[in-house]
Amino acid sequence: MALHRFANPARFMRLSAAILPWFAAAAAVLLALGVYLALFVAPPDYQQGDDVRIMFVHVPAAWLASFIYLLLALASAVAIIWRHPLADIAAQSAAPLGAAFTALCLVTGSLWGVKMWGTWWVWDARLTSVLVLFFLYLGYIALVNAFDEPTRGARAGAILALVGVVNLPIIKFSVDWWNTLHQKASVFRLGGPTIDPSMLWPLAVMAVGFTFFFATLLLLRMRTALIAAKIRALRLAEIERLRPARAAARQQVLT
Amino acid sequence: MVVGFFVLTVILFPFGVGPEPEILSRIAAGILWVTALLAALLSLERLFQADWEDGSLEALALMPLPLEAQVLAKCLAHWLVTGLPLALVAPLLGLLLQLDTAGYPVLVAGLLLGTPTLSLIGAVGASLSLGARRGGVLLSLLVLPLYIPVLIFGVAGIEAAIAGLAARPYLLLLGALLAAALPLAPVAAAAALRQALE
Repeated sequence: MALHRFANPARFMRLSAAILPWFAAAAAVLLALGVYLALFVAPPDYQQGDDVRIMFVHVPAAWLASFIYLLLALASAVAIIWRHPLADIAAQSAAPLGAAFTALCLVTGSLWGVKMWGTWWVWDARLTSVLVLFFLYLGYIALVNAFDEPTRGARAGAILALVGVVNLPIIKFSVDWWNTLHQKASVFRLGGPTIDPSMLWPLAVMAVGFTFFFATLLLLRMRTALIAAKIRALRLAEIERLRPARAAARQQVLT
Repeated sequence: MVVGFFVLTVILFPFGVGPEPEILSRIAAGILWVTALLAALLSLERLFQADWEDGSLEALALMPLPLEAQVLAKCLAHWLVTGLPLALVAPLLGLLLQLDTAGYPVLVAGLLLGTPTLSLIGAVGASLSLGARRGGVLLSLLVLPLYIPVLIFGVAGIEAAIAGLAARPYLLLLGALLAAALPLAPVAAAAALRQALE
């Protein structure tokens, strides 16, 4: 496992500076293409008409919400097992993004539901488990920020992230294990996707665009976190450097 | 003390929603389970707090007995003073809330099976939030999403029994949650205690 090659923060800063513009460009192009395909090329649904187009935002957001939590859990596992220095930073940078995508999924789902089901919310297994995912994200963010010492918060958050990962299979299979109002899987299922290719391709483009968008934001947040840590270290070093001069000044005032 | 909170909170509901028997009996199962959850949550903050503050937690961590076993012992103690009394008092409160007679056995069985899981999951939350700012509120935020499955199956079992259907699947699911929590929760809580002591 050559992962330790990327453990050096300076090397990470160099690598991320190199790939960040490409990821950002890919995100912009794919999202623009995806929105065009979703709004103008994909056909209207035979039952829902043009209202189905909210799917092209709702479904990628939902996929990312779960995927980011999986990433959070993996980064937490790496942090606990191998004490990889960037793993904690990756996990803490990803959490607010995951919470945002989960919120987007819930809000777009409500908007779609009020049109299709006649209700803003229903307590079926899929919606309930995604709401629980949202609160797991919030709990993680709250726990990490609840301690004065940053490393304590990071370690506690890592354990919490691993405890909550049990929710992910529940989300995925909730529509199969319970009678839900939310529809069953049409893409990631045994036997292949049942969705028509004219809708599957715009969906895939939007999903990949969302993922590049998330990756761009994640790298930006990680770079910011590393720079903030460097500023903190520089500040502490400056205080240490000035300590003898300050002590001498204090002595002068007293005598 | 926790039983006192349980009884008082349950008594508040008829004042809040009105004393009509039909309404109360419709929501009785939910009220009893949610207040049992909150009552279990009350005493969780102090599970490790006192030991951590006076240094006995470090001594306990250095003992030959594994930290996981000690967490299990703490959970058992917590359950004996919160979960077990709640499960025994719940039928009396069911009378106050006009709970349908078919629901009583499943109420007690469900609480007996579910409250140990609440203590175990609560121990994970308590050990994670040890020494945190506003630890009590943080503990609730961490632990309540994880309590939801126990709540869902507990109430669904009672509703099934009242409707004349089999409650056994729900009791088995509660047992399954307990069987999963028994080995896993002490491991997570012990890991959290170790990193709190570092």
